[in-house]
Amino acid sequence: MSRSAEEIGRTERGPRPLPPLGEQRAATGLSSVDKVLDNGLRVIAVHQPTVPMIELRLRVPFAGDDPMHAARAEVLAATILTGTDKRDRIAFDTDLALVGGELSAVVDPELLSIGGNALASGFDTLLDVLADALTGATYPDDEVEGERGRLIERITVARSQPSVIARQALQKHRYGDHPFTREMPEASDVAVVEAADVRALHTACVLPRGSVLVLVGDVEPARAIAAVAAALGGWKSDKSASVLPPLPEITPKDLLLVDRPGSVQSQFRLSAQAISRTDPRYPALQLANLAFGGFFSSRLVENIREDKGYTYSARSSLEFTPDGATLLVDTDTASAVTAGALLEIRYELGRMAMVPPTESEVDTVRQYAIGSLLTSTSSQGGLASQIAALAILGLGVDWLTQHPDRLKAVTVEQVAEAALEFFAPTRFTGVIVGDAAKLTALRALGGVTLQ
Amino acid sequence: MTVSELHRYTLSNGLRVVLAPDSTSPVVGVSVHYDVGFRSEPEGRTGFAHLFEHLMFQGSESLEKLAHFRHIQSSGGTFNGSTHPDYTDYFEVLPSAALERALFLEADRMRAPKLTEENLRNQIDVVKEEIRLNVLNRPYGGFPWILLPPVLFQTFPNAHNGYGGFEDLEQATVADCAAFFDTYYAPSNAVLTVAGDFTVAAAQELIEKHFGDVPSRPRPERPSFAEPPPAGEIRSDHEDRLAPLPAVALGYRIPDPIDELDAYINYLVLAGVLADGDGSRLQQRLVYGDQLVTDVGAGCGLFGPFEARDPDTFTITAMYSPEVDVDTILAAIDEEIDKLASTPPDAEELAKVTARWAATLHKEHDRLVSRTLALGAFELLYGDPALVYSLPERISAITPDAVSAAAKSLRADSRAVLTISPAPGAAE
Repeated sequence: MSRSAEEIGRTERGPRPLPPLGEQRAATGLSSVDKVLDNGLRVIAVHQPTVPMIELRLRVPFAGDDPMHAARAEVLAATILTGTDKRDRIAFDTDLALVGGELSAVVDPELLSIGGNALASGFDTLLDVLADALTGATYPDDEVEGERGRLIERITVARSQPSVIARQALQKHRYGDHPFTREMPEASDVAVVEAADVRALHTACVLPRGSVLVLVGDVEPARAIAAVAAALGGWKSDKSASVLPPLPEITPKDLLLVDRPGSVQSQFRLSAQAISRTDPRYPALQLANLAFGGFFSSRLVENIREDKGYTYSARSSLEFTPDGATLLVDTDTASAVTAGALLEIRYELGRMAMVPPTESEVDTVRQYAIGSLLTSTSSQGGLASQIAALAILGLGVDWLTQHPDRLKAVTVEQVAEAALEFFAPTRFTGVIVGDAAKLTALRALGGVTLQ
Repeated sequence: MTVSELHRYTLSNGLRVVLAPDSTSPVVGVSVHYDVGFRSEPEGRTGFAHLFEHLMFQGSESLEKLAHFRHIQSSGGTFNGSTHPDYTDYFEVLPSAALERALFLEADRMRAPKLTEENLRNQIDVVKEEIRLNVLNRPYGGFPWILLPPVLFQTFPNAHNGYGGFEDLEQATVADCAAFFDTYYAPSNAVLTVAGDFTVAAAQELIEKHFGDVPSRPRPERPSFAEPPPAGEIRSDHEDRLAPLPAVALGYRIPDPIDELDAYINYLVLAGVLADGDGSRLQQRLVYGDQLVTDVGAGCGLFGPFEARDPDTFTITAMYSPEVDVDTILAAIDEEIDKLASTPPDAEELAKVTARWAATLHKEHDRLVSRTLALGAFELLYGDPALVYSLPERISAITPDAVSAAAKSLRADSRAVLTISPAPGAAE
């Protein structure tokens, strides 16, 4: 058999109509408890017994303005689960493994996050291990020393990744020296962190008041809360966890071209000021962002990927910062088409403001926003992470369950207003990382400064 | 474990169907697995299976270019596809009201995809950008999945780059696409899986309505990709001008994942004993004890276990400081493997691996997309989607002696050693 492509692409019956959508069944309600314990820790427990597992997310506000804070915090996160009076590193791993569990800690300029999961039958062990680390971490000298060395190598490797180089350049370009920019410490700072520094940081900053613990899974919420109160009762302090100071508003300015000789691709990272989830304009902005570049069927992807073939991936997204949010536009393109891509990105930003999403575009993004929320919260892990992100803003499970109605209420006019207000090209700044010698065509477009 | 009741049947055109109803959440997953991956692409056309995957999204008889994406997303759904050594999958997860749409979209491109010169050229550009992003412009790009097979394997199907070379991609023609579709994208060479919120009778009716008249074509004969294991230790070095630190990947041949499943699972447990968690053997020895490496990992399959037929690969990978000699690392790994070969692991070591695997599988099944894809892949490769649910039991049945025997077979005189060397003048 050998058919031509034309023969393959048609049948005798011809094109068929798209079937209509069926009747949508609503999600069943979530049973949850949201409670602040005596020690100031807020605990949110949600019953979702889809599999016999428990997902856990602890978020501790963890800001610091000491220039060494990022390095100390990074070492703390790497060693908080390596030693207490009861457990060494192997005992931590063994106790968790035997209940199918895992816990890990990461830190950023805003939060210390400890997350993990276990078989539901191991819930008490999971809590016991967490409590042990929070109240009894000893930061053994040899563990601190070993992790310091490995962190320095990991930082070296991370800093060779184009995406990391671009992120660092963007942070510096838009926020200068604000602590929010210290997402990855300097290797030289990590090298001089002592175990005593880390112990002091734990005492001063790993605090329950102002922190939030989210549990989602196969456990009754009331029992979950009681178990947490019992396990973490010894975690106490009169002080509150430390919150990052507000960020300056993003100042629109030229894009910064960061030279990376030998690159075969350029990283675009554009950014503008936006608004937080609690702002009444937020649902309209969320829909406008989807239409611009927030999902595959967006203007940006259809232009620079599906029409021009400039990129594998292009997207715009909202990044939630401690006191607000920003819009981010990112893509990576071959050096030869970098200038062309910039032209198209600016064109689409301008078009977004001047030719706002049509009713049909708004319908599409509205359905997508509602449907993808349903999908992303249908797993325990997805739901736990979503709730933890909201909880840090002071929001709860209700916000999540009410959000589909908020999206349904947005009008086409409101989306147009958000598009004009937030996507105007004059509001943006950002960076392009690439081989400057191959990007001379950018000069013809203007608005780009070489570092 | 929550086990969906499985329904399996075959349409008259040969399409195999797996239905896994579960009404926990009002969402459905739909996937189609085609029994062709990059091991089947012809010489001179490296990367073709993956390039073709891109083209399957570019329109079909009833759907203009971009319509596929828009219809899924405007129904509230998400989608993707991926190309593996032995199969290519396509999938959607949507609110359950959109089930018929997803079936319609998959059926339309199985029946009559639009393969055009314009879309082919556009997607060659997009795939080249994907390769620049994930391989050429990135330190350790393609490590180890692209770089290790040519060291471990001799024959083109097993050894070549599944992402493809730019020259091969650029030479792909619409006629190649037509021939590839007619050969491999027959309904009899595919599995349709539907999981989530639906009733079996309604789904069966919709499946017959949309897929029933996709004309049947013969199922292509699958050649054997068998080849002997290496007769010695084969070493190869890859210079990476972007990588700041050296890295090493070891590749070993392991039993046939399909015909010798339990023997294969022995290696999965072995990988856990060796490298899963801070208390595992290689973590303790290489990372925390001798402090030779920054990270170490071990596992079956280049993309994970249970996603390829024979021959499959057991890998150990590590990243290390330039001051450390790679032979010191290899000697330490061999010593740890020898210890396991002569003294079986204790019961607690295996209990840790078993419990973590049970938890991993639960988590995977809790995500509808993973569950749908696993059911489809197990139907395609094993003819038994229910294996997805019995894996924890099979893993927990593995004995210490079997793990010890598996360790004994990881021989230094029959393996591939790939090293990544930061090239002089590397980026900082």
